[in-house]
Amino acid sequence: MLEMKPNFNRPDETYAMLIKAHEGLSEDESHAMNARLILILMNQIGDHETIRKALDLAAAVNRKS
Amino acid sequence: MNKPVAERYPLAFRLYPYAQSPDQSAQAPVRHPVIVVGGGPVGLATGLDLGTRGIPVLVLDDQEGAGLGSRAICFAKRTLEICDRLGAGAAMLEKGVQWNIGKVFHDDRLLYEFNLLPEDGHAYPAFINLQQPLFEKFLHEAIVRAQAVGAPIEIRGFNRVDAVERHDDHVALDVMTPDGPYRLEADWLVACDGAKSPLRNKLGLGFDGRVFEDNFLIADVKMKADFPTERWFWFEPHFKSGDSALLHKQPDDIWRIDFQLGWNIDRQKELQPENIRARVSAMLGPDVEYELDWCSIYTFQCRRMEKFRHGPVLFAGDSAHQVSPFGARGANSGIQDADNLAWKLAMVIKGLAPEALLDTYDQERVYGADQNIANSTRATDFITPKSAMSKLFRNAVLDLAETVPFARTIVNSGRLSLPCTYDGSPLNGPDCQGLPFRTRPGSPCPDAPVGKDWLLRLIGGDLTLLAIDTDMPEGFAAHGISPKQLRLSSQSNPALCERYLGEAKSAVYLIRPDQHVAARFDRFDADAIAAALARVLAKD
Ligand SMILES: Cc1cc2nc3c(=O)[nH]c(=O)nc-3n(C[C@H](O)[C@H](O)[C@H](O)COP(=O)(O)OP(=O)(O)OC[C@H]3O[C@@H](n4cnc5c(N)ncnc54)[C@H](O)[C@@H]3O)c2cc1C
Repeated sequence: MLEMKPNFNRPDETYAMLIKAHEGLSEDESHAMNARLILILMNQIGDHETIRKALDLAAAVNRKS
Repeated sequence: MNKPVAERYPLAFRLYPYAQSPDQSAQAPVRHPVIVVGGGPVGLATGLDLGTRGIPVLVLDDQEGAGLGSRAICFAKRTLEICDRLGAGAAMLEKGVQWNIGKVFHDDRLLYEFNLLPEDGHAYPAFINLQQPLFEKFLHEAIVRAQAVGAPIEIRGFNRVDAVERHDDHVALDVMTPDGPYRLEADWLVACDGAKSPLRNKLGLGFDGRVFEDNFLIADVKMKADFPTERWFWFEPHFKSGDSALLHKQPDDIWRIDFQLGWNIDRQKELQPENIRARVSAMLGPDVEYELDWCSIYTFQCRRMEKFRHGPVLFAGDSAHQVSPFGARGANSGIQDADNLAWKLAMVIKGLAPEALLDTYDQERVYGADQNIANSTRATDFITPKSAMSKLFRNAVLDLAETVPFARTIVNSGRLSLPCTYDGSPLNGPDCQGLPFRTRPGSPCPDAPVGKDWLLRLIGGDLTLLAIDTDMPEGFAAHGISPKQLRLSSQSNPALCERYLGEAKSAVYLIRPDQHVAARFDRFDADAIAAALARVLAKD
């Protein structure tokens, strides 16, 4: 099941950590790091159906914008 | 159209030299029960399988033997088991190179190493490497042996099919030979004429799929090097000979080397020996001496025909489906086509089953082809990413793989061919709870030792009832067939027990002539087995 309700225990700090991790990186380096991060998080989730729902959600939100 | 028959490529082995047939001077076209067009691996296997089942079969090929170019080198266990049933497996195993270890590199770093870790208790290993011409030669030798004991197989070399007319209940062929043209007819035609299939084109049938925009250079080199017998694959190799590279051993000191060259290349230039040598030497190092044995540049496609059966015409092998070579699925899946088709066609010709049985050839092998296409498409997308984003993720996987184990499961340099389980096939009968998943209806029987023999050898090519740890009355027959009966004990046979019994106390398996499980029960029940037998014959 894809978690839609808030699940962070320290939301602001976690988000800040993500932004900070990209500081000083070139755009290419940032893209590469994001790709590694996505793969690591996908493995953490593991379940194929949950990842499919996450992808669908990400794609759907993009189309609305 | 009617150009003379000529050698299209140099031969490695002249297996079936042209000889005039009385059919060529017959008043009216001679009708044959089955004509197989194409004497490649799939045509030879189909002819051999039909012939050993007593069906008269004529194989026509426009060449006189196996072409020099090696092409396929990796042959999988299931292929070897099928060839064993056909009498060619032992020679292949003896000549082939066995390997279990694969190494994957990125640039100059070893990312990880895998071991195929073959399971004990099988007559054949997971894979052998063997040049395709040798594979064809061993099949041909088995044909010659089968002919000697009466199998009605005939092969005609330099017999090129130039035209085909399809009728409801037969086909008519125009055949060209060195002595000019003649006509033939066949009740059934099996088209094993390769990826460019002239028959498919002449019948106006489509062959749709995806072209991959990349060129691969294969160089088979002869060298006495002390590289280990392992499969080595590089992504973006440090020696810069290509975007990816492969090194794999074959018999007789031949090594398969593959380089990914990209899309916009000058083919003629890349094929010049000095340019090939520059790439090979960069890879092997300056001190390694070698000779170029065979070289070629190929592109690939993943595609299939919509249907493999068109009335009396059946397509098998590359004529029906084509995959990229990553994962060694071309010839391996073609041999499974032959395995699936031959017994069905034999049953129909002998009047033991309705023609509907042949529609299940189409269903099962289209299913198998789709699995192969999906697997090799994924491998190809990983090896040659199609977009900047795809490449970004590919390289992210490679960067992680060196240190993080999970990423290695995504690294894809080809998922090696596994036999197809026909889940959902209309031929599958009832399953029985508690028996192992791997031997469910539709699956190919895994081998197991039985005394000094092997289970698959005991099954052979017959419809078989296998009773384990339970009684079965002798002489059971239904629908005109009395299946072969095997009674085995699982005592002190852990492999048989694990593969066929699991938690259950006893089992009875109904096994198809291609060694796939049709149905299984906890004990012998004549009515239930007769019903399952009807289903295997497409009679229900
Ligand atoms: C570089 C490369 C590497 C490969 N590696 C592997 C691998 O490791 N493992 C694997 O399983 N597969 C591999 N393959 C695929 C494999 O080579 C093919 O899948 C296999 O040859 C298909 O066999 P076939 O009998 O269907 O067709 P083919 O081998 O193409 O045979 C077709 C035959 O039909 C004959 N013919 C054609 N037209 C006519 C006509 N009009 N009349 C009469 N005869 C005709 C031809 O002369 C030929 O003998 C590889 C392919 C390539 C290109």
